[in-house]
Amino acid sequence: MKYQSAFEMIGPVMVGPSSSHTAGAVRIGNLAREILNEEPRSVEFRLMGSFYETYQGHGTDLALLAGVMGYSTDHPAVSEADKRATEVGLVYTFKKEHLGFFHPNTVAVLLHGDRHNVDLIASSLGGGKVEVQELDGLSIRFSGEKNTLILYHADQQGFLAKVSHVLDSEGYNIARLSLERWRRGGYAITVCEVDEEIRGDLLEILHTKVSQLKDVRVVRSL
Amino acid sequence: MSFTHLHELIRMADEKQTSIANLMLEVEIEQSLHTEKEILERMNRQFFVMEEAARKGVETPVYSRTGLTGGDAHRVGAYLKRGTSFLAPQTLQAMSFALSVNEVNAGMGRIVATPTAGSAGILPGVFISLLDSGRYSREDLVRALFTAAALGLVIANSASISGAAGGCQAEIGSATAMTAGAIVELGGGTPTQVGHAVGLALKNSLGLVCDPVGGLVEIPCIIRNGLHAVTALAAADMALAGVKSVIPADEVIQAMYAIGNAMPESLRETGLGGLAATPTGKALRERVFGKKVETE
Ligand code: SF4
Repeated sequence: MKYQSAFEMIGPVMVGPSSSHTAGAVRIGNLAREILNEEPRSVEFRLMGSFYETYQGHGTDLALLAGVMGYSTDHPAVSEADKRATEVGLVYTFKKEHLGFFHPNTVAVLLHGDRHNVDLIASSLGGGKVEVQELDGLSIRFSGEKNTLILYHADQQGFLAKVSHVLDSEGYNIARLSLERWRRGGYAITVCEVDEEIRGDLLEILHTKVSQLKDVRVVRSL
Repeated sequence: MSFTHLHELIRMADEKQTSIANLMLEVEIEQSLHTEKEILERMNRQFFVMEEAARKGVETPVYSRTGLTGGDAHRVGAYLKRGTSFLAPQTLQAMSFALSVNEVNAGMGRIVATPTAGSAGILPGVFISLLDSGRYSREDLVRALFTAAALGLVIANSASISGAAGGCQAEIGSATAMTAGAIVELGGGTPTQVGHAVGLALKNSLGLVCDPVGGLVEIPCIIRNGLHAVTALAAADMALAGVKSVIPADEVIQAMYAIGNAMPESLRETGLGGLAATPTGKALRERVFGKKVETE
């Protein structure tokens, strides 16, 4: 089922003019920023379908930029995001590209910070709801509506068992868990959604107890 | 419980002898782990944002960022005071409030998506006019927003609420159906009558294409909100009078989905067909973007 909460139909509170082109775009930007986990220095947006045809009119460009700068969907400065980006020295570009067979309102966000890069493809499904389609070239889906752990790791036997054991003993309930890898024994990403708020100490515990783990990012529920 | 079929929702409400609003609230409590009080408070805060947007453009003219539209809510509000309108004053007031919300939206102001930003005027337009009527308390109206939400969820899960995917029927049509159904419950209608209101309202929106001039949520979006606020009130009255939707609401929703899938891309939010492709539509687009654009 796509939608579950009353606040997806009555909400979000947002700055206009379009829930799929403005609010959804802010949220996609927010997701990319959270995964990057540091101040972005430059960003490239590749838009497809109706997203590109109408992006200026709907302020999608401003919304995406506002999102990667960490603004919320109802932040009054969304409409000035381009000016603010220039002020803080965030370099940005917009391009048109056919990204594959996704929802028409889909964008690739290539975000660069000092230490990390994020390469994300996400769709704005309507009403402000978004869904990640790909992360770093792997087909990974999540919405950011639940607290989400993104685990970068080596693909080795026992990884998921260790992760679920740690989460269980720390009192987290796993709502969804999915692993994607490039090839057997290679590099993999696991996305794990949990019902509870993610506490700061969890990341440390995961790092000590799960040897295959290379990096963890947290996306807090929208 | 899942929100995918209206007939299931109606059956459950009948069986439990409760309202659709209460069913929605129960599910929200269960899923969010928040208390009923917290959830109602959150909805109440949203209702205040709706009210602010609904009144703003009636009190003083609000214009869009592009300058293509604006001031219509104020015009209708002023006309209403002359006392010579065809529509009953309260109905016309709902129209003016609906227009205002979408004018605020086009000005990159703050609104509540109900269910989307393009269709954000219909529900607040009708609800704030009912608040002003004095017949319903703020509390009643906040509760009725949960009826609207449940109906929206059914439509969104079994069809679509995105203009890019399903045309304007999916946005304006869904908002009209949600509003009509919600006020039927508010007005004392049975869950079955709520279903008929959804069916009636949605039937009258089928086929509506998404053809915004210049791809901007302004023309025809703003006036569609104003006019469909009136449709929502009319559909609710029809259902409360006992008129039935001969085609059951769930089948109407499926028809909407099929029609949306059959719509060409030019009529699904690309700003390339329909009103957007008229000579005036194209000229306005050029005025905003300062360049010629290929249309179909
Ligand atoms: S015409 Fe398109 S953009 Fe305008 S309200 Fe309808 S669906 Fe939304």
